[in-house]
Amino acid sequence: MNDSVSAAIRTPLFELHVAHGARLVEFAGHAMPVQYPAGIIAEHQHTRERAGLFDVSHMGQFRLRTSDEALAALVPADIAKLAEYRQVYSVLTRADGGILDDVMITRLTEGFAIVVNAAFAADCRDHIVRELGGEAELSVGDDLALLALQGPRSAAVLETLCPPVAALRFMQAGRFTIDGADCLVSRSGYTGEDGFEISLPAGAACALAERLLASPDVAPIGLGARDSLRLEAGLCLSGTDIGPEVSPVEAGLGWLVARKYRGANAVRARFPGAARILQQFETAPARLRVGLRAEGRQPLRGGTELFTGDGDKVGKITSGTFGPTAGHPVAMAYVDRRLADPGTKLIARVRNRMLDAEVSALPFVPHRYKRN
Amino acid sequence: MSMLRYTTEHEWLRAEDDGGITVGISDYAQEQLGDIVFVELPEPGSRIEKGTNVVIIESVKTVGEVAMPFDGKVVAVNERLVDEPEIVNAEPFAGGWLVQLEADGDPGLDACMDEAAYAAFIADL
Repeated sequence: MNDSVSAAIRTPLFELHVAHGARLVEFAGHAMPVQYPAGIIAEHQHTRERAGLFDVSHMGQFRLRTSDEALAALVPADIAKLAEYRQVYSVLTRADGGILDDVMITRLTEGFAIVVNAAFAADCRDHIVRELGGEAELSVGDDLALLALQGPRSAAVLETLCPPVAALRFMQAGRFTIDGADCLVSRSGYTGEDGFEISLPAGAACALAERLLASPDVAPIGLGARDSLRLEAGLCLSGTDIGPEVSPVEAGLGWLVARKYRGANAVRARFPGAARILQQFETAPARLRVGLRAEGRQPLRGGTELFTGDGDKVGKITSGTFGPTAGHPVAMAYVDRRLADPGTKLIARVRNRMLDAEVSALPFVPHRYKRN
Repeated sequence: MSMLRYTTEHEWLRAEDDGGITVGISDYAQEQLGDIVFVELPEPGSRIEKGTNVVIIESVKTVGEVAMPFDGKVVAVNERLVDEPEIVNAEPFAGGWLVQLEADGDPGLDACMDEAAYAAFIADL
């Protein structure tokens, strides 16, 4: 184990990763499995075909006790319309209209559960405390683990341990006791597949993970496959595809802005940067996030510059890899908005070679969320 | 009998009876790279200086560069890798060979590690 991994924070599942032969890397200060012996492509395919179990305990889990009005001053979501044990995907916006982080917010009986990216957990906490001050009580769930079970077999597997989860639909949550552990389960994830995220006490995480892994349908999945899965699903990585320099509208996430803030009888929006962001619905931004595909097998990676056939530089790739399910390289990029329509042909400069690429609709692989 | 020699960059070199040198990457290297999805091969016949990249191997997560071990010429490339790059993972010493080279002068294989020395080298990594 190298120095940065041995110095990194261990999640509650560290020993399990080692026992299952994980190759560990340091990620956002945590020792995390990038892959297991099966390898990234096999883990990716297993998730789409059966069920993958991910340790995502490195992510920040907050409990926020505050009013709807206060939370609506942080995020562009329609908090008033968020029912109990419903979950919403949103963003913490900045005064300049940029994105601090993308988040999942679940309304609990009292307060909200918020999951933020590992790399920005401290920034998000500071931001929320600063913005809301005395109007909110935020506690960090240091004693919680987070597991994700994703794939077409995940419901059958989890229902065996906990029959009531069968009643959950996409973006619904519930509190359940699973093998004696108090779990907050949501039917959501980061792969585009049907699946669940399970927040539970750290001390119970290993036992539940091993119980799930005992099913012949379930395999452990590392961060490498997590990245290829989410890219195929068209889902952004905070700090890479979205960030402080990117507004939700540029990122194609304008749909996160509640309808009530737009149009004739608009309610006044109070989330940071609202005026700038709402303005972008009127005067379209100069660049937009798009999907990008290439023929062959050579990945188009983050940082790769994009050109027209005439040699004009028109964009840059933010993330990319080979998509095992798509069967071709998949990427996300920001391009001049006039070239953002699917089918637009572009050239990617990879080292000293010019490769053909094409703007693609997202997702590359259809979502299979359980909506009804 | 051809014995394999190894570089510190985890390439193996094998002297052939016709004077050519076959090059591939070691099992350690393919494992470090992970699932290989693309191999960029040079043009047969091209002249390459020692130290310049002769083959680029792309895995899902990373890009691996294979440097030319001596001044010389590319005699042949493993065309199979165009459609089956994953063969480098499965058979790094057999079906996953990369290129066959011809050195301008002495290829310097004696200065490279033999099997035992390479095993000791990777044990220390």
